[in-house]
Amino acid sequence: MTILTLSQLTKRYGDTTVLHDVSLEIVAGERVALLGHNGAGKSTLMKLVLGLIQADGGRIEVAGHAPGSPVARALTAYLPENAAFHPAITGREQLRYYLRLRGQPVRLADELLERVGLADAAGRRIGTYSKGMRQRVGLAQALIGGPRLMVLDEPTSGLDPVSRREFYTLLDELAAKGTAILLSSHALSELEARTDRMVILARGKQVAEGTLAELRADAALPLSVTVKPRNGQARRVAEAFPTGVVSEDRVIFSCAPAEKLAVLEKIAALRDHIEDYDVHAASLDDLYSHISKRAA
Amino acid sequence: MLSRILATAALEFSIARRNRWVIVSVAMMMLFSLVLAFAGAAPAGQMAVDPLSVTVASLISLAVYLVPLIALLISFDAIAGENERGTLALSLAYPLARTELLLGKLIAQLAVVSIAVVAGYAVAAIVAFVTGGTGAAEGIPALWRLIWTSILLGAAFLSLGHAMSCLSRRPSGAAAMAIGLWLVMIVLYDLGLLAAVVADDGGAFTTDVFPWALVVNPADAFRIFNLAASGAVDAASGLSGAASSIAVWKPLAAIMVWPILAAGLARLSFQRVTP
Repeated sequence: MTILTLSQLTKRYGDTTVLHDVSLEIVAGERVALLGHNGAGKSTLMKLVLGLIQADGGRIEVAGHAPGSPVARALTAYLPENAAFHPAITGREQLRYYLRLRGQPVRLADELLERVGLADAAGRRIGTYSKGMRQRVGLAQALIGGPRLMVLDEPTSGLDPVSRREFYTLLDELAAKGTAILLSSHALSELEARTDRMVILARGKQVAEGTLAELRADAALPLSVTVKPRNGQARRVAEAFPTGVVSEDRVIFSCAPAEKLAVLEKIAALRDHIEDYDVHAASLDDLYSHISKRAA
Repeated sequence: MLSRILATAALEFSIARRNRWVIVSVAMMMLFSLVLAFAGAAPAGQMAVDPLSVTVASLISLAVYLVPLIALLISFDAIAGENERGTLALSLAYPLARTELLLGKLIAQLAVVSIAVVAGYAVAAIVAFVTGGTGAAEGIPALWRLIWTSILLGAAFLSLGHAMSCLSRRPSGAAAMAIGLWLVMIVLYDLGLLAAVVADDGGAFTTDVFPWALVVNPADAFRIFNLAASGAVDAASGLSGAASSIAVWKPLAAIMVWPILAAGLARLSFQRVTP
């Protein structure tokens, strides 16, 4: 079932087009990541989905309803980027407020705070919380009432690696129950490949979309191969890999994904001259910067 | 709808309490009232009115300055502050209408103003009773009138503060606008009118425009209504002479209409805010 539909969405601020012809569908239980540099249009897209701002062109539907309509608001949860709640109130008070706004019993506040690991800090003022803890308050309020659509703006910023992992586990549980999730990030590596699909925005345009495997295959980034020759065999090995660069008694060269097996066979044939070798696939950040650069 | 307004009001009141706005407002009102209660009693010796009425007459001049100031100080942060913290976008993504959010804040802040007003006047009233004996009871209607008109005056300026908060992108800008508004409406407005009356020297401005100009400003309407209704003489105001010549219903209507007008203005300004 399609939860969120964007078709040919366009948004302008004066003469600047911040979103240009963006189309996207998210079905129930799907986790979609929106990637882009700061200013790529991620937050704008999210505010359009929430009905906080109006589009200049295109159409948005949240489970068949207009964005910002009472039904759409009731179905949608949102986590703004860097939400800083009022420092004078406690985490529990803040959550009780949001529960009341959604017509839910306030006694659920402690349960929600426990789910995001804030049970011990529930009675403390938010002013005393760290950035990561404030981010967890934001996450806790987004869990209220089991939303059909979750819109999370840079949800993992400020979280340490362990918390980030816990956060993705939480998302997995929600997705398993049928929540459609749209989250944004400015780095592919932050996503830890824990989303079903990625949409990359660059200057308001949709430049790539697909699973991580599809994006990798599409980019066809070369692998980096490092070979360490045995003592005195450096010249012999370097001759075998003429494209290689010798540095600190290692031979380093790149190879296209399609040639990977051929290179390994060559290495195996030279086993008497080689002490060790390593093959590195392009990192997520390499892939992301490749796609962004290609778009530019 | 009501539950969301009340939830917002409850949270906002907690914030006001923790931020010490309640304590500061009450302390300010009590301190100034106390000073006036003692100072105001001195020239009353020759007059045939009860001590509480005399105190109320002094409190009118105090309230004209202090109530709008307190209201603006409490309210200027309401929208600009939330927008800066990023919680405005979140609140508006909830099933919470802009009107509900604004009303919730207004109710909580009006409660703070009311507590401050009642606490301050109560102190002055107690002093009047202690020094003047049971005769002070005659001034109770005037005191009651002062209380509810002060709360209405506060409501008007709270909403004006909200409007400033909506029109400014940052809380600091909203604060500057609020103080500017206070200066213009409370201080400069009267000075300007006085200057105009002097310059006009009994011409058309003084007879036709001036009485209306006095009534249109909520602070002046508040002062004139209280003075006229209690028949007291306000030594602190150069405008007191005008009070007697204006029908009581005019300032009363202004006091009643302004909170609604200002709330509508705040709501319109809020519509322009993009979170």
